[in-house]
Amino acid sequence: MTKLAQWLWALALLGSVWAALTMGALGLELPLSCREVLWPLPAYLLVSAGCYALGTVGYRVATFHDCEDAARELQSQIQEARADLARRGMRF
Amino acid sequence: MASKEASRTPPRSRREPGGRAPRQDKYSVLLPTYNERENLPLIVWLLVKSFSESGINYEIIIIDDGSPDGTRDVAEQLEKIYGSDKILLRPREKKLGLGTAYIHGMKHASGNYIVIMDADLSHHPKFIPEFIRKQKEGNFDIVSGTRYKGNGGVYGWDLKRKLISRGANFVTQILLRPGASDLTGSFRLYRKEVLQKLIEKCVSKGYVFQMEMIVRARQLNYSIGEVPISFVDRVYGESKLGGNEIVSFLKGLLTLFATT
Repeated sequence: MTKLAQWLWALALLGSVWAALTMGALGLELPLSCREVLWPLPAYLLVSAGCYALGTVGYRVATFHDCEDAARELQSQIQEARADLARRGMRF
Repeated sequence: MASKEASRTPPRSRREPGGRAPRQDKYSVLLPTYNERENLPLIVWLLVKSFSESGINYEIIIIDDGSPDGTRDVAEQLEKIYGSDKILLRPREKKLGLGTAYIHGMKHASGNYIVIMDADLSHHPKFIPEFIRKQKEGNFDIVSGTRYKGNGGVYGWDLKRKLISRGANFVTQILLRPGASDLTGSFRLYRKEVLQKLIEKCVSKGYVFQMEMIVRARQLNYSIGEVPISFVDRVYGESKLGGNEIVSFLKGLLTLFATT
C-alpha cells in the first residue's frame, strides 16, 4: 500500500467514525455536551496539527546548529592542504 | 602517513569469496565532479589524510563529466601524486546525471563498501571513519550522514534557507515516514551490492534522487544507521537553491508519496 493510500484509509476511517457519531447513525444517545464538542472536532484537530507543525519547524529552525568550528577547521585545513600539495608538485 | 600505507595488504587475489569471508574491507569513494578544479585537490587531500590516519583501505574514484574548467587536468595531477591505485580517473564525455555517475563509478570500484559524497567540501571526510564505525556497530546496510540530529548542523545558511530546509524535512517526515532524518543529504556509506540494487530501482533526479534512495531502502528492508555531520556550505563556487529546486523537490516528494 502506498503512503497516499495509507493516508486516505486513515482519513476515511476517522471521517466515517466522526460522521456516524455526529449524525447519530449508531443510535447512541450521546449527552449534549459531548455532541457539542464532537461537531467541530475536525476543525480543532486541523488547527492543532497546524500549530504543532509551525511550533516544531520554528523550534528546529531556532535550534539548527551553526557549525562555526567546522568552518574554521576546514579553512585552516585548506591552507595546510594547499601548502602540502604545492610541496608535492601540484600546480593549482 | 607513508608508514601506514605501506602496511596495507592487497586483497585483490580473492575477490569473490562467497559472502562475508574474512577479507579486509575496502572503501571506494565515488566523487562525481563538474567544474570543481578548486575543490578537487582539497577534498582528495582531506580524504587521503582521513583514511591514512585511521588505517583504512580505500580508493577514490573521480568521475568528471567533461568539466570545461580543467578539473580533469587537476585530477590527473592528483593521480600522479597519490598513485593510480588510490586515485582512479573514470571521466565521461558530458554531464549525464548523478545516478549514472554512480553506476559508472561502481563498475570500476574494487571496494566492498561505497562512500558517496559531494566534492565541493560541504562534506568533510573526517566523518567517514565514524560512518565505518557506525556501520560495523549495527552491521548496517547504509549509513547516512544527518544534519538534523545530535551534533549535526550547517554552516553558511541564512534564516530563509534553514526554514526551507527544516520545513521540507518536516513535511517529508510526515508524508513518507522514511526512518532516516536526512533525506536530501548525499553523504552516505553503502554496501556495494545495496547501492547497486537501489540505483536500479531509483528513477528521480537531483535532490529527489537522494530521497528516493532512502525511501526505496526502507521498502527493501535495508537497515539504515545515522551519523551527525556538519555541513559547511560551498566554500568555492555558488550554492544552488532556487524556486526551480523547490518545485522539483515538491513534485518528487508527491510522486514518492503516491507511488511508494
